[in-house]
Parts: sequence; C-alpha cells; structure tokens
Amino acid sequence: MARGKAVIAGIGQTEFSKDSGRSEQRLACEAILAALEDAGLAPADVDGMTTYTIDNNEDVDLVRALGIPNLTFSSRVGHGGGGSVGTLAHAMAAIESGLAEVVVGFRAMNERSEQRFGQSQMSNTGGAKGAGTGFIEWSLPQGSATPAGWTAIQAQRYMDRYGLSNADFAPVSVHLRTMAATNPNAWFYERPITLEDHQASRWIVEPVFRLLDCCQESDGAVAFVATTAERARDLAQPPVVIRHATQALPFESETVTNYYVEDVTRFETGIATSKSLREKTGLGPSDYQVAMLYDHFTIAIFWHLEANGFCKPGEAADFVREGNIGLEGPIPVSPNGGHLGEAYIHGMNLIAEGVRQVRGSAVNQVRNVENVLVAAGMSAATLGKG
Amino acid sequence: MSETPDAAWPAPPQGSRDSAFFWEGVARGVLLGQRCQDCKRFRHPPRPLCPHCHSFEWEAIELSGRGTLHSWMQPVHPRLPMFPEHYLVALIDLEEGIRLLSNLCEIAPEDIENDMPVEVCFVPTEKGGFIHHFRPRHQHG
Repeated sequence: MARGKAVIAGIGQTEFSKDSGRSEQRLACEAILAALEDAGLAPADVDGMTTYTIDNNEDVDLVRALGIPNLTFSSRVGHGGGGSVGTLAHAMAAIESGLAEVVVGFRAMNERSEQRFGQSQMSNTGGAKGAGTGFIEWSLPQGSATPAGWTAIQAQRYMDRYGLSNADFAPVSVHLRTMAATNPNAWFYERPITLEDHQASRWIVEPVFRLLDCCQESDGAVAFVATTAERARDLAQPPVVIRHATQALPFESETVTNYYVEDVTRFETGIATSKSLREKTGLGPSDYQVAMLYDHFTIAIFWHLEANGFCKPGEAADFVREGNIGLEGPIPVSPNGGHLGEAYIHGMNLIAEGVRQVRGSAVNQVRNVENVLVAAGMSAATLGKG
Repeated sequence: MSETPDAAWPAPPQGSRDSAFFWEGVARGVLLGQRCQDCKRFRHPPRPLCPHCHSFEWEAIELSGRGTLHSWMQPVHPRLPMFPEHYLVALIDLEEGIRLLSNLCEIAPEDIENDMPVEVCFVPTEKGGFIHHFRPRHQHG
C-alpha cells in the first residue's frame, strides 16, 4: 500500500477580470482543461474532484461537461476560502489511500460581475448554514454584514493590543501591489501603489480597513491536478510534492467571525495548521523560501506571519515594515501579488503560485526554492521539490 | 456619532430551534443567556448541549447586562439602507463569561476605549419590539 507522496502535476487558470462574460461552469472547465493539459493528462484520466464551499459549481455538472468517465472520489471542503488549501489535503488523502489516482481541484467564480462578494451579505449563501461558515445570525442583526466588517472586529483588538494604526497595514498593501505590478496575469499589473496611496484610499470600516486593505473581487478560475509520484514521473511537468496538507478547526473557531476564542488576537486556526505541518514535515520557519498567505485583508498577512513563527506575536508590523517579506527578504510573501494584487480566486491562485515557485517558473521567481508554505487559516500545506 | 434615539432598527431574527429563546428575549427587552443546568456554565452562541459536560439540559437565564468592551468597528462602506447612517458594532465580554456581538451607542468613536465598562440597553425596532445595544457604564453614579 506504500503509494508514496501525492504530487501536483498540473495547474491551469483563466484570465482574472472584473467581468468574465461567461458562466462559472465554463470558467471551471477552462481552468480544469488547462491544468490537465499542463500535466499532459486528459479528462478521461480524472477519477477524483475536490473544491470548497461558496463555489456554485456542482461536480455532477463538471463531470457531464468535461466528459469524465467516472469519479471514484469527490469532496467539498468547508470554510470557504479558509478551506481552500484543504483541497490539497483531500487530494492527498484520496491519492495516498488509493481512493483516486488523478484528482482535480478547482475554484471558479464570477464574484465581481455576478454576486459581489465584498458587498453586504444580507442573503448571500457565503455565510449561510451548510457553507461551512454559519455566522450570519450573530452578525447581521447588528449591521455587521461585510467580510471587512466581520474581520475588523478581530483586527481592532489586535491593533489596540499592539499599538497599531491603519497606517501600519500600508506596507503590506504596497508589497502585494509591487509584486502584482510585474505579474502580467495580475489585475493590477503595472499599477503599483505608494504608502500615501494606501492612506488616501477611502475608509471601508473605521478605524481598521481602507479600500486598499481589502482584497479584490474577481471573476476567474484556477485548477490543479494532483496524482501519484509514480504516475507523475511520465507526465509533462516536474512534480511538486505535497509534503503535507492539513485542515484546522480549533474549539470555538469560526471562519471570519472568530470572536469566541479566548484571545482573538491569536490566529488559532493558523497556529493549529502550523503545528501540524511542522510535526509532519519536520520543517520550521527558516526552511521555507516562499510563503503564500491568504490575504483577504492586509492584517491577515500579520496573523499568518506570527502563527507560522516567521516573527513573534505582535511583531509582524515591524517585520513587514523592515522589508522581510520582499523578494530579497528572508521570507518572500505571495510573489504573484496575492489576493490584493493578482486576483481573489479564494486561495486557489495562491496554490498555483506556490506550484510555480517550486517549479521555478514564476514571473517573480524566488531563487533556490525547496519548500513553499501555502496557508489559508483553516487549511495549509507544504509544497516542495520532488 | 451613535444612532439617533428614535432610529428604528431592523427587527431581530427569529433564530433557530436552538437560539429562538435569545431573540424572543431580546425582542421583549430581556437579555438571556444559555446556562447548563448541570455544570452551570454559560455558553454563546447557543447550542443544544454543553460542550464541557455534554448535558442537553439548559435554561435561559436573564443576564446582568453588564460587561466590558472587547473590540469595536464602524461600518462605512457599503451603506446598508435598513440601518442608521452611523452606528458602531461592538464585541462585548459579559460578566457571565460569554462574548456577544452587539452595538455600542451613546458614545463618540474618539472616546471609546477597549475594556471600558458597558451595560445593555434596548432600542426599538421597526416592528415594535426591541434589540439589544450596549452603552458606557458609569460605575459610580
């Protein structure tokens, strides 16, 4: 039964836009076909599929559209974008257990041109029961109805505890837009910003987030193909090993309304995934050359950096300001521009960039990459060279 | 910057089978907490059993309404047509050891301090009932 580690053999994506002009099902199929082509595989090879909640595509429709003969494994991870990297955990589990041999993971949404993700969620399924989030009842009656507002409650306590103001987030925004400025696939290609631009952008939630603290709303899709190391040997791309992938759901945790853990300034989900990865891979902060960190808002980069031990609790603002997350720093963060700069494909575009960084094929390529951390809060993975 | 005293807020939701007691209480101006009948610990948000001793027996207890401010924020964009133009959302640490999202009123944002004492108050809603807000609590008079 020793099947060896699961690997990522292909990645694919559509263009990232504000109005794709086509259906979410079509976007999903385009990205999946592109990932299969990248790997040197075809829909007939696929026997596993995984995505995560708040994606409107059903596996039934995609199997029918793509002409997949049969799925022996299909899953939908909870927790919205926080669960994005859970697709790697599910793919890994399916492949290493023998449930499936070729698993595609995907995210496809028209979240800008159709149902806008950052607008008030008075009836959006994004927070509904069954979406793996389930917090609407305890936020909407108070007029807390947007992802920015939900996150701000946690962020304000963190800012107050460590004496930060909104200006401390500006270097995160500038970094991600600097990365996006040289990434032709980024929505904000060739449009870097300054610290002053960040501070001049309008308030979304006072005194926490301005417009340039928020990720984009994007139309687009990204997919990956995972398979066995053995099968990948004969495929088109150098395999990227999933050294480990994990989910985390600590007691009293929620996805973005994480108000009930004892200390809301601690990123409990990220701390839990960090611990799992460390235990399973033996790798610590200094072993990573790149970190792909889920940036729904600028402050999330601080939380990830602290949870994963790149700096101590409360020190992330200084750590970022001193240039440690730049391409030449000790831990380059999201060289594709992340969700603020490239596009908001709910973590799946961060996985794709992690794969490119291991392959050595990224536009903002970090040198000598052996291990990449991909962290989304309630899920995370270590990708590495085969 | 707090809402005007006469502003009508949206009526509270009905809640689920597990949480209806809370919203029914709020609607009539009473803040209720869910307490385990066996180990006597409070819990929020409501759930069908105690996560500590796993007893399904619980009671709705009127809370003191006193607490401290854990954190807060002021939504600016997008405007929600059913809410006042300016209002503050606040996370409250209640005396009974549970945390509750609510709103903060009768204070300007520049005067807010985390951990300040607060107390519950009830504001009218559009359908004639109430919803719970919190306001600064002056400990001596």
